[in-house]
Amino acid sequence: MRYYTYFPGCSSSEGGAKAYGWSTQAVSKVLDIELIELDDWNCCGSTPYSSIEELASFCLSARNLALAEKRGLDLVTPCSSCYVILNRTNSHLKEYPQLKAKVDEALAAGGLEYHGTVRVRHLLDVFVNDIGYDEIRAKVKINLGGLKVAPYYGCQMVRPRPSFDHPENPQSLDKLIAGLGGEPVPFPLKSRCCGGSLIISEEALALELIRKIFDSALSNGAECLVTPCPLCQTNLDAYQSRVNHKFKANFNLPVLFFTQLMGVAFGLSDEDLGLKTCIVPTERVLAKYL
Amino acid sequence: MEKRTRADTFVEEISASPGGEGICLCIQCGTCTASCPNADRMDHTPSQLIAMARAGMKEEVLSSNAMWHCLSCYLCTVRCPRGIKQTDLMHALECLAIREGLSSGRTRTPAMYRSFNDFVYSLGSLPEFGFMTWFYMLTNPLRAFRMIPVALSLLRHGRLSIKARRLTPEGTSQLKAILDKAESLGGAS
Ligand code: SF4
Ligand code: SF4
Repeated sequence: MRYYTYFPGCSSSEGGAKAYGWSTQAVSKVLDIELIELDDWNCCGSTPYSSIEELASFCLSARNLALAEKRGLDLVTPCSSCYVILNRTNSHLKEYPQLKAKVDEALAAGGLEYHGTVRVRHLLDVFVNDIGYDEIRAKVKINLGGLKVAPYYGCQMVRPRPSFDHPENPQSLDKLIAGLGGEPVPFPLKSRCCGGSLIISEEALALELIRKIFDSALSNGAECLVTPCPLCQTNLDAYQSRVNHKFKANFNLPVLFFTQLMGVAFGLSDEDLGLKTCIVPTERVLAKYL
Repeated sequence: MEKRTRADTFVEEISASPGGEGICLCIQCGTCTASCPNADRMDHTPSQLIAMARAGMKEEVLSSNAMWHCLSCYLCTVRCPRGIKQTDLMHALECLAIREGLSSGRTRTPAMYRSFNDFVYSLGSLPEFGFMTWFYMLTNPLRAFRMIPVALSLLRHGRLSIKARRLTPEGTSQLKAILDKAESLGGAS
Protein backbone atom coordinates (compact mmCIF):
# COMPACT_ATOMS: atom_id res chain seq x y z
CA MET A 1 0.00 0.00 0.00
CA ARG A 2 1.23 3.47 -0.86
CA TYR A 3 0.07 6.53 1.03
CA TYR A 4 -0.32 10.09 -0.16
CA THR A 5 -1.93 13.27 1.05
CA TYR A 6 -4.79 14.06 -1.29
CA PHE A 7 -5.81 17.50 -2.50
CA PRO A 8 -8.94 17.08 -4.63
CA GLY A 9 -9.49 20.75 -5.45
CA CYS A 10 -12.94 22.34 -5.50
CA SER A 11 -14.03 20.92 -8.81
CA SER A 12 -13.26 17.28 -8.07
CA SER A 13 -14.57 17.33 -4.51
CA GLU A 14 -18.05 18.81 -4.53
CA GLY A 15 -17.98 20.74 -7.76
CA GLY A 16 -18.72 19.94 -11.38
CA ALA A 17 -16.05 17.25 -11.63
CA LYS A 18 -17.25 15.09 -8.73
CA ALA A 19 -16.95 12.07 -10.97
CA TYR A 20 -13.24 12.76 -11.30
CA GLY A 21 -12.95 12.52 -7.52
CA TRP A 22 -15.00 9.31 -7.37
CA SER A 23 -13.11 7.60 -10.17
CA THR A 24 -9.78 8.74 -8.72
CA GLN A 25 -10.59 7.02 -5.44
CA ALA A 26 -11.98 3.90 -7.10
CA VAL A 27 -9.01 3.41 -9.39
CA SER A 28 -6.50 4.21 -6.64
CA LYS A 29 -7.99 1.45 -4.54
CA VAL A 30 -7.38 -1.08 -7.30
CA LEU A 31 -3.79 0.12 -7.50
CA ASP A 32 -3.24 -0.17 -3.73
CA ILE A 33 -2.95 3.54 -3.27
CA GLU A 34 -4.43 5.27 -0.27
CA LEU A 35 -5.26 8.93 -0.81
CA ILE A 36 -5.81 10.64 2.51
CA GLU A 37 -7.64 13.91 2.02
CA LEU A 38 -5.93 16.96 3.49
CA ASP A 39 -8.01 18.20 6.42
CA ASP A 40 -9.67 21.55 5.98
CA TRP A 41 -7.91 22.48 2.77
CA ASN A 42 -8.89 25.66 0.94
CA CYS A 43 -9.32 26.56 -2.72
CA CYS A 44 -5.95 27.07 -4.48
CA GLY A 45 -7.27 30.31 -6.00
CA SER A 46 -6.58 29.02 -9.51
CA THR A 47 -5.87 31.47 -12.35
CA PRO A 48 -8.17 34.29 -11.09
CA TYR A 49 -6.29 34.76 -7.83
CA SER A 50 -2.85 34.42 -9.36
CA SER A 51 -3.80 36.97 -12.01
CA ILE A 52 -5.03 39.84 -9.91
CA GLU A 53 -4.04 39.20 -6.29
CA GLU A 54 -0.63 37.64 -6.45
CA LEU A 55 0.38 37.78 -2.80
CA ALA A 56 -2.97 36.42 -1.62
CA SER A 57 -2.73 33.71 -4.25
CA PHE A 58 0.63 32.53 -2.87
CA CYS A 59 -0.85 32.63 0.63
CA LEU A 60 -3.84 30.49 -0.35
CA SER A 61 -1.46 27.83 -1.62
CA ALA A 62 0.95 28.26 1.25
CA ARG A 63 -1.75 27.47 3.80
CA ASN A 64 -2.46 24.19 2.04
CA LEU A 65 1.24 23.40 1.75
CA ALA A 66 1.83 24.21 5.41
CA LEU A 67 -1.01 21.88 6.45
CA ALA A 68 0.35 19.17 4.15
CA GLU A 69 3.89 19.58 5.46
CA LYS A 70 2.79 18.39 8.90
CA ARG A 71 1.93 15.04 7.34
CA GLY A 72 5.21 14.61 5.52
CA LEU A 73 3.77 12.79 2.50
CA ASP A 74 3.71 13.84 -1.14
CA LEU A 75 0.70 16.01 -1.92
CA VAL A 76 -1.26 14.58 -4.83
CA THR A 77 -3.91 16.38 -6.83
CA PRO A 78 -5.92 15.24 -9.85
CA CYS A 79 -6.47 18.86 -10.92
CA SER A 80 -4.05 20.45 -13.36
CA SER A 81 -4.85 23.94 -12.16
CA CYS A 82 -4.27 23.11 -8.48
CA TYR A 83 -1.09 21.35 -9.59
CA VAL A 84 0.33 24.33 -11.45
CA ILE A 85 -0.68 26.82 -8.75
CA LEU A 86 0.68 24.83 -5.79
CA ASN A 87 3.91 24.11 -7.63
CA ARG A 88 4.25 27.72 -8.64
CA THR A 89 4.06 28.72 -4.99
CA ASN A 90 6.69 26.17 -4.08
CA SER A 91 9.13 27.37 -6.71
CA HIS A 92 8.46 31.09 -6.26
CA LEU A 93 8.96 30.88 -2.51
CA LYS A 94 12.40 29.39 -3.15
CA GLU A 95 13.30 31.86 -5.87
CA TYR A 96 12.07 35.13 -4.33
CA PRO A 97 13.16 35.63 -0.69
CA GLN A 98 11.26 38.90 -0.37
CA LEU A 99 8.06 37.18 -1.39
CA LYS A 100 8.76 34.37 1.04
CA ALA A 101 9.17 36.86 3.88
CA LYS A 102 5.74 38.31 3.18
CA VAL A 103 4.08 34.93 2.83
CA ASP A 104 5.69 33.79 6.09
CA GLU A 105 4.35 36.84 7.84
CA ALA A 106 0.84 36.21 6.53
CA LEU A 107 0.98 32.52 7.47
CA ALA A 108 2.11 33.45 10.95
CA ALA A 109 -1.08 35.48 11.34
CA GLY A 110 -2.86 32.13 11.04
CA GLY A 111 -0.40 30.36 13.34
CA LEU A 112 1.24 28.41 10.51
CA GLU A 113 4.68 28.09 8.99
CA TYR A 114 5.91 26.50 5.81
CA HIS A 115 9.44 25.26 5.19
CA GLY A 116 9.14 24.39 1.52
CA THR A 117 9.46 20.61 1.83
CA VAL A 118 6.21 19.39 0.29
CA ARG A 119 6.45 17.70 -3.07
CA VAL A 120 3.36 18.44 -5.17
CA ARG A 121 2.47 15.69 -7.63
CA HIS A 122 -0.17 15.22 -10.29
CA LEU A 123 -2.21 12.06 -9.95
CA LEU A 124 -1.16 10.91 -13.42
CA ASP A 125 2.50 11.21 -12.39
CA VAL A 126 1.88 8.99 -9.37
CA PHE A 127 0.08 6.40 -11.47
CA VAL A 128 2.61 6.11 -14.27
CA ASN A 129 5.82 6.65 -12.30
CA ASP A 130 5.22 5.31 -8.79
CA ILE A 131 2.95 2.45 -9.83
CA GLY A 132 4.13 2.11 -13.42
CA TYR A 133 2.64 1.04 -16.72
CA ASP A 134 3.26 -2.66 -16.17
CA GLU A 135 1.47 -2.82 -12.89
CA ILE A 136 -1.43 -0.86 -14.34
CA ARG A 137 -1.59 -3.23 -17.29
CA ALA A 138 -1.65 -6.15 -14.89
CA LYS A 139 -4.92 -4.85 -13.39
CA VAL A 140 -6.77 -4.68 -16.69
CA LYS A 141 -9.80 -6.97 -16.71
CA ILE A 142 -11.46 -5.68 -19.85
CA ASN A 143 -9.11 -4.95 -22.67
CA LEU A 144 -10.24 -1.81 -24.47
CA GLY A 145 -9.74 -3.58 -27.77
CA GLY A 146 -8.41 -0.80 -29.95
CA LEU A 147 -10.78 1.93 -28.78
CA LYS A 148 -9.49 5.06 -30.49
CA VAL A 149 -8.76 7.65 -27.83
CA ALA A 150 -7.41 11.18 -28.19
CA PRO A 151 -5.18 11.91 -25.18
CA TYR A 152 -5.88 15.51 -24.28
CA TYR A 153 -3.27 16.73 -21.79
CA GLY A 154 -4.15 20.43 -21.78
CA CYS A 155 -1.64 23.02 -20.62
CA GLN A 156 -1.12 23.15 -16.93
CA MET A 157 -0.12 19.61 -16.15
CA VAL A 158 2.87 19.74 -18.49
CA ARG A 159 3.88 23.41 -18.32
CA PRO A 160 5.61 25.62 -17.32
CA ARG A 161 8.13 23.68 -15.23
CA PRO A 162 9.85 20.62 -16.55
CA SER A 163 7.74 18.01 -14.81
CA PHE A 164 7.22 14.34 -15.40
CA ASP A 165 6.43 14.69 -19.08
CA HIS A 166 7.41 16.74 -22.12
CA PRO A 167 5.94 20.28 -22.08
CA GLU A 168 4.78 20.20 -25.70
CA ASN A 169 4.69 16.61 -26.83
CA PRO A 170 3.80 14.61 -23.72
CA GLN A 171 3.54 10.81 -23.89
CA SER A 172 2.38 9.51 -20.51
CA LEU A 173 -1.34 9.41 -21.31
CA ASP A 174 -0.64 7.84 -24.71
CA LYS A 175 1.28 5.01 -23.05
CA LEU A 176 -1.35 4.61 -20.36
CA ILE A 177 -4.14 4.29 -22.96
CA ALA A 178 -2.11 1.74 -24.90
CA GLY A 179 -1.61 -0.21 -21.66
CA LEU A 180 -5.39 -0.47 -21.27
CA GLY A 181 -5.66 -1.90 -24.76
CA GLY A 182 -6.85 1.33 -26.33
CA GLU A 183 -5.28 3.03 -29.30
CA PRO A 184 -3.99 6.56 -28.64
CA VAL A 185 -4.50 8.47 -31.86
CA PRO A 186 -1.94 11.00 -33.08
CA PHE A 187 -3.16 14.29 -31.72
CA PRO A 188 -1.16 17.42 -32.59
CA LEU A 189 -3.25 19.66 -30.33
CA LYS A 190 -2.89 17.38 -27.32
CA SER A 191 -1.30 20.06 -25.14
CA ARG A 192 -3.04 23.14 -26.54
CA CYS A 193 -5.31 25.28 -24.44
CA CYS A 194 -9.08 24.72 -24.08
CA GLY A 195 -9.71 28.35 -23.14
CA GLY A 196 -9.62 27.71 -19.40
CA SER A 197 -11.71 30.03 -17.27
CA LEU A 198 -12.09 32.47 -20.16
CA ILE A 199 -14.98 30.27 -21.28
CA ILE A 200 -16.95 32.31 -18.75
CA SER A 201 -15.80 35.82 -19.59
CA GLU A 202 -14.88 35.50 -23.28
CA GLU A 203 -16.89 32.56 -24.49
CA ALA A 204 -16.46 33.16 -28.23
CA LEU A 205 -12.72 33.04 -27.95
CA ALA A 206 -12.74 29.82 -25.94
CA LEU A 207 -15.28 28.07 -28.18
CA GLU A 208 -12.98 28.61 -31.13
CA LEU A 209 -10.05 27.00 -29.33
CA ILE A 210 -12.27 24.05 -28.37
CA ARG A 211 -13.45 23.61 -31.94
CA LYS A 212 -9.86 23.32 -33.13
CA ILE A 213 -9.20 20.64 -30.53
CA PHE A 214 -12.23 18.62 -31.67
CA ASP A 215 -11.22 19.01 -35.32
CA SER A 216 -7.77 17.70 -34.55
CA ALA A 217 -9.08 14.74 -32.53
CA LEU A 218 -11.76 13.79 -35.03
CA SER A 219 -9.59 14.09 -38.12
CA ASN A 220 -7.28 11.56 -36.50
CA GLY A 221 -10.09 9.10 -35.98
CA ALA A 222 -10.73 9.57 -32.26
CA GLU A 223 -13.93 8.07 -30.84
CA CYS A 224 -13.52 9.89 -27.54
CA LEU A 225 -11.13 12.09 -25.60
CA VAL A 226 -9.60 11.62 -22.18
CA THR A 227 -8.17 14.34 -19.98
CA PRO A 228 -6.46 14.75 -16.62
CA CYS A 229 -8.02 18.18 -15.94
CA PRO A 230 -11.47 19.11 -14.55
CA LEU A 231 -11.59 22.41 -16.36
CA CYS A 232 -10.65 20.87 -19.71
CA GLN A 233 -13.28 18.17 -19.23
CA THR A 234 -15.97 20.70 -18.41
CA ASN A 235 -15.11 22.98 -21.30
CA LEU A 236 -14.97 20.17 -23.83
CA ASP A 237 -17.98 18.28 -22.54
CA ALA A 238 -20.48 20.85 -21.23
CA TYR A 239 -19.76 23.37 -23.96
CA GLN A 240 -19.72 20.91 -26.85
CA SER A 241 -23.30 21.84 -27.69
CA ARG A 242 -22.33 25.52 -27.69
CA VAL A 243 -19.50 24.75 -30.11
CA ASN A 244 -21.93 22.86 -32.35
CA HIS A 245 -24.37 25.72 -32.19
CA LYS A 246 -21.81 28.40 -32.93
CA PHE A 247 -20.01 26.62 -35.76
CA LYS A 248 -22.98 24.68 -37.15
CA ALA A 249 -21.05 21.52 -36.42
CA ASN A 250 -22.20 18.20 -35.02
CA PHE A 251 -19.44 16.96 -32.82
CA ASN A 252 -20.51 14.07 -30.65
CA LEU A 253 -17.32 13.21 -28.81
CA PRO A 254 -17.49 11.81 -25.28
CA VAL A 255 -14.90 13.39 -22.98
CA LEU A 256 -13.77 11.21 -20.09
CA PHE A 257 -11.46 11.69 -17.18
CA PHE A 258 -8.49 9.39 -17.67
CA THR A 259 -9.42 7.74 -14.38
CA GLN A 260 -12.84 6.84 -15.78
CA LEU A 261 -11.25 5.11 -18.74
CA MET A 262 -8.89 3.23 -16.41
CA GLY A 263 -11.88 2.24 -14.28
CA VAL A 264 -13.72 0.83 -17.29
CA ALA A 265 -10.69 -1.28 -18.16
CA PHE A 266 -10.38 -2.40 -14.52
CA GLY A 267 -13.96 -3.64 -14.69
CA LEU A 268 -15.33 -1.11 -12.19
CA SER A 269 -18.99 -0.19 -12.21
CA ASP A 270 -20.60 2.78 -13.82
CA GLU A 271 -21.59 4.07 -10.37
CA ASP A 272 -18.00 4.03 -9.10
CA LEU A 273 -16.90 6.01 -12.09
CA GLY A 274 -19.76 8.46 -12.50
CA LEU A 275 -19.99 7.97 -16.25
CA LYS A 276 -23.55 9.29 -16.14
CA THR A 277 -22.23 12.71 -15.22
CA CYS A 278 -20.71 13.05 -18.67
CA ILE A 279 -22.89 15.34 -20.72
CA VAL A 280 -22.06 13.91 -24.11
CA PRO A 281 -23.26 10.32 -23.59
CA THR A 282 -20.49 7.75 -23.29
CA GLU A 283 -22.61 4.61 -23.91
CA ARG A 284 -22.15 4.67 -27.65
CA VAL A 285 -18.42 4.10 -27.38
CA LEU A 286 -18.20 2.31 -24.03
CA ALA A 287 -21.22 -0.03 -24.10
CA LYS A 288 -19.22 -2.99 -25.34
CA TYR A 289 -16.81 -2.77 -22.38
CA LEU A 290 -19.30 -2.30 -19.56
CA MET B 1 23.03 62.15 -10.44
CA GLU B 2 21.66 59.53 -12.78
CA LYS B 3 18.67 60.73 -14.73
CA ARG B 4 15.63 58.51 -14.44
CA THR B 5 13.09 58.37 -17.18
CA ARG B 6 9.41 57.45 -17.13
CA ALA B 7 10.37 54.19 -18.81
CA ASP B 8 12.82 53.32 -16.02
CA THR B 9 10.20 53.65 -13.32
CA PHE B 10 7.60 51.58 -15.14
CA VAL B 11 10.11 48.83 -15.90
CA GLU B 12 11.18 48.88 -12.26
CA GLU B 13 7.60 48.51 -11.10
CA ILE B 14 7.12 45.50 -13.34
CA SER B 15 10.48 43.99 -12.40
CA ALA B 16 9.57 44.14 -8.73
CA SER B 17 6.84 41.48 -9.18
CA PRO B 18 7.93 37.85 -9.11
CA GLY B 19 8.55 36.87 -12.72
CA GLY B 20 8.46 40.47 -13.91
CA GLU B 21 12.22 40.88 -13.64
CA GLY B 22 12.72 39.11 -16.97
CA ILE B 23 11.43 42.11 -18.88
CA CYS B 24 14.99 43.48 -19.20
CA LEU B 25 16.23 40.31 -20.88
CA CYS B 26 13.83 40.29 -23.82
CA ILE B 27 15.47 40.31 -27.26
CA GLN B 28 12.17 40.87 -29.12
CA CYS B 29 12.47 37.63 -31.05
CA GLY B 30 8.68 37.25 -31.16
CA THR B 31 8.64 33.57 -30.18
CA CYS B 32 6.07 34.23 -27.45
CA THR B 33 3.76 36.01 -29.85
CA ALA B 34 4.09 33.31 -32.48
CA SER B 35 3.25 30.67 -29.86
CA CYS B 36 0.35 32.43 -28.21
CA PRO B 37 -3.07 30.92 -29.06
CA ASN B 38 -4.72 34.26 -28.38
CA ALA B 39 -2.27 36.80 -29.80
CA ASP B 40 -4.66 37.68 -32.61
CA ARG B 41 -7.33 38.65 -30.06
CA MET B 42 -5.01 40.98 -28.17
CA ASP B 43 -4.76 44.65 -29.06
CA HIS B 44 -1.00 44.33 -28.49
CA THR B 45 0.88 41.06 -28.81
CA PRO B 46 2.87 39.69 -25.85
CA SER B 47 6.21 40.84 -27.32
CA GLN B 48 4.76 44.25 -28.25
CA LEU B 49 3.63 44.72 -24.66
CA ILE B 50 7.21 44.27 -23.51
CA ALA B 51 8.56 46.72 -26.08
CA MET B 52 5.90 49.27 -25.13
CA ALA B 53 6.55 48.86 -21.41
CA ARG B 54 10.26 49.39 -21.97
CA ALA B 55 9.42 52.55 -23.91
CA GLY B 56 7.55 53.81 -20.86
CA MET B 57 4.08 53.57 -22.40
CA LYS B 58 2.52 52.80 -19.05
CA GLU B 59 -1.04 53.85 -19.74
CA GLU B 60 -1.23 52.15 -23.11
CA VAL B 61 0.13 48.93 -21.64
CA LEU B 62 -2.01 48.86 -18.52
CA SER B 63 -5.23 49.72 -20.33
CA SER B 64 -4.61 47.04 -22.95
CA ASN B 65 -6.91 44.03 -23.20
CA ALA B 66 -3.92 41.77 -23.98
CA MET B 67 -3.09 40.39 -20.56
CA TRP B 68 -6.79 39.77 -19.89
CA HIS B 69 -6.86 37.49 -22.92
CA CYS B 70 -3.95 35.47 -21.61
CA LEU B 71 -5.04 31.91 -20.87
CA SER B 72 -2.12 31.01 -18.62
CA CYS B 73 -1.27 28.22 -21.02
CA TYR B 74 2.46 28.79 -20.41
CA LEU B 75 3.44 28.03 -23.98
CA CYS B 76 5.32 31.34 -24.28
CA THR B 77 7.11 30.64 -21.01
CA VAL B 78 8.47 27.25 -22.03
CA ARG B 79 9.56 28.53 -25.44
CA CYS B 80 11.19 31.86 -24.60
CA PRO B 81 14.89 31.62 -25.50
CA ARG B 82 15.72 34.10 -22.72
CA GLY B 83 13.93 32.18 -20.00
CA ILE B 84 11.46 34.98 -19.42
CA LYS B 85 8.38 33.98 -17.47
CA GLN B 86 6.04 35.67 -19.87
CA THR B 87 2.90 34.27 -18.20
CA ASP B 88 3.94 35.69 -14.84
CA LEU B 89 4.68 38.96 -16.60
CA MET B 90 1.09 39.00 -17.86
CA HIS B 91 -0.13 38.43 -14.29
CA ALA B 92 2.11 41.25 -13.06
CA LEU B 93 0.56 43.58 -15.65
CA GLU B 94 -2.93 42.52 -14.59
CA CYS B 95 -2.14 43.31 -10.95
CA LEU B 96 -0.66 46.70 -11.89
CA ALA B 97 -3.60 47.54 -14.14
CA ILE B 98 -6.00 46.89 -11.27
CA ARG B 99 -3.89 48.79 -8.78
CA GLU B 100 -3.75 51.81 -11.11
CA GLY B 101 -7.44 51.59 -11.97
CA LEU B 102 -6.62 51.20 -15.65
CA SER B 103 -7.92 47.71 -16.37
CA SER B 104 -9.56 47.43 -19.75
CA GLY B 105 -13.30 47.88 -19.98
CA ARG B 106 -13.35 45.95 -23.24
CA THR B 107 -13.17 42.58 -21.58
CA ARG B 108 -15.25 40.94 -18.87
CA THR B 109 -12.29 38.96 -17.56
CA PRO B 110 -11.33 41.36 -14.72
CA ALA B 111 -14.91 41.26 -13.41
CA MET B 112 -14.96 37.46 -13.69
CA TYR B 113 -11.69 37.14 -11.74
CA ARG B 114 -13.03 39.56 -9.13
CA SER B 115 -16.24 37.57 -8.57
CA PHE B 116 -14.27 34.32 -8.36
CA ASN B 117 -11.91 35.78 -5.76
CA ASP B 118 -14.73 37.25 -3.69
CA PHE B 119 -16.29 33.82 -3.36
CA VAL B 120 -13.00 32.16 -2.48
CA TYR B 121 -12.16 34.89 0.02
CA SER B 122 -15.42 34.53 1.90
CA LEU B 123 -15.87 30.75 1.71
CA GLY B 124 -12.40 29.29 1.25
CA SER B 125 -13.81 27.24 -1.61
CA LEU B 126 -15.41 27.88 -4.95
CA PRO B 127 -19.08 27.04 -5.44
CA GLU B 128 -19.14 27.00 -9.24
CA PHE B 129 -22.86 27.52 -9.61
CA GLY B 130 -23.09 30.51 -7.30
CA PHE B 131 -20.02 32.08 -8.83
CA MET B 132 -21.19 31.76 -12.42
CA THR B 133 -24.70 32.99 -11.68
CA TRP B 134 -23.34 35.94 -9.76
CA PHE B 135 -20.89 36.84 -12.50
CA TYR B 136 -23.45 36.66 -15.30
CA MET B 137 -26.01 38.68 -13.39
CA LEU B 138 -23.35 41.25 -12.62
CA THR B 139 -22.05 41.68 -16.14
CA ASN B 140 -24.68 40.57 -18.57
CA PRO B 141 -28.01 39.10 -17.41
CA LEU B 142 -28.90 38.41 -21.01
CA ARG B 143 -25.98 36.02 -21.27
CA ALA B 144 -27.12 34.33 -18.08
CA PHE B 145 -30.32 33.62 -19.93
CA ARG B 146 -28.47 32.11 -22.90
CA MET B 147 -26.45 29.91 -20.58
CA ILE B 148 -29.53 28.26 -19.10
CA PRO B 149 -29.32 25.23 -21.41
CA VAL B 150 -25.70 24.58 -20.38
CA ALA B 151 -26.63 25.00 -16.72
CA LEU B 152 -29.61 22.67 -17.10
CA SER B 153 -27.54 19.95 -18.73
CA LEU B 154 -25.01 20.20 -15.89
CA LEU B 155 -27.82 20.04 -13.37
CA ARG B 156 -29.44 17.05 -15.04
CA HIS B 157 -26.12 15.20 -14.89
CA GLY B 158 -25.69 15.94 -11.21
CA ARG B 159 -22.87 18.37 -11.75
CA LEU B 160 -24.21 21.56 -10.24
CA SER B 161 -24.07 21.75 -6.50
CA ILE B 162 -26.02 24.61 -5.08
CA LYS B 163 -24.40 24.12 -1.70
CA ALA B 164 -20.82 25.27 -1.19
CA ARG B 165 -18.19 23.15 0.54
CA ARG B 166 -17.35 24.82 3.85
CA LEU B 167 -14.17 24.79 5.87
CA THR B 168 -14.40 24.21 9.63
CA PRO B 169 -15.01 27.42 11.61
CA GLU B 170 -11.36 27.32 12.78
CA GLY B 171 -10.13 26.83 9.22
CA THR B 172 -12.29 29.68 8.00
CA SER B 173 -10.98 32.15 10.55
CA GLN B 174 -7.41 30.98 10.05
CA LEU B 175 -7.68 31.54 6.32
CA LYS B 176 -9.25 34.97 6.83
CA ALA B 177 -6.46 35.98 9.20
CA ILE B 178 -3.86 34.94 6.60
CA LEU B 179 -5.57 36.68 3.69
CA ASP B 180 -6.23 39.86 5.65
CA LYS B 181 -2.59 39.97 6.68
CA ALA B 182 -1.59 39.49 3.04
CA GLU B 183 -3.85 42.35 2.06
CA SER B 184 -2.23 44.63 4.63
CA LEU B 185 1.20 43.75 3.25
CA GLY B 186 0.34 45.10 -0.18
CA GLY B 187 1.27 43.27 -3.39
CA ALA B 188 3.71 40.46 -4.05
CA SER B 189 6.48 42.87 -5.03
S1 SF4 C 1 10.01 34.88 -26.57
FE1 SF4 C 1 11.08 35.86 -24.83
S2 SF4 C 1 12.78 36.99 -25.74
FE2 SF4 C 1 11.37 36.48 -27.43
S3 SF4 C 1 10.03 38.29 -27.60
FE3 SF4 C 1 9.00 36.86 -26.21
S4 SF4 C 1 9.67 37.46 -24.14
FE4 SF4 C 1 11.08 38.43 -25.60
S1 SF4 D 1 0.42 32.02 -21.36
FE1 SF4 D 1 -0.83 33.74 -22.11
S2 SF4 D 1 0.57 35.03 -23.28
FE2 SF4 D 1 1.56 33.04 -23.01
S3 SF4 D 1 1.08 31.89 -24.87
FE3 SF4 D 1 -0.47 31.36 -23.32
S4 SF4 D 1 -2.17 32.80 -23.68
FE4 SF4 D 1 -0.37 33.62 -24.74
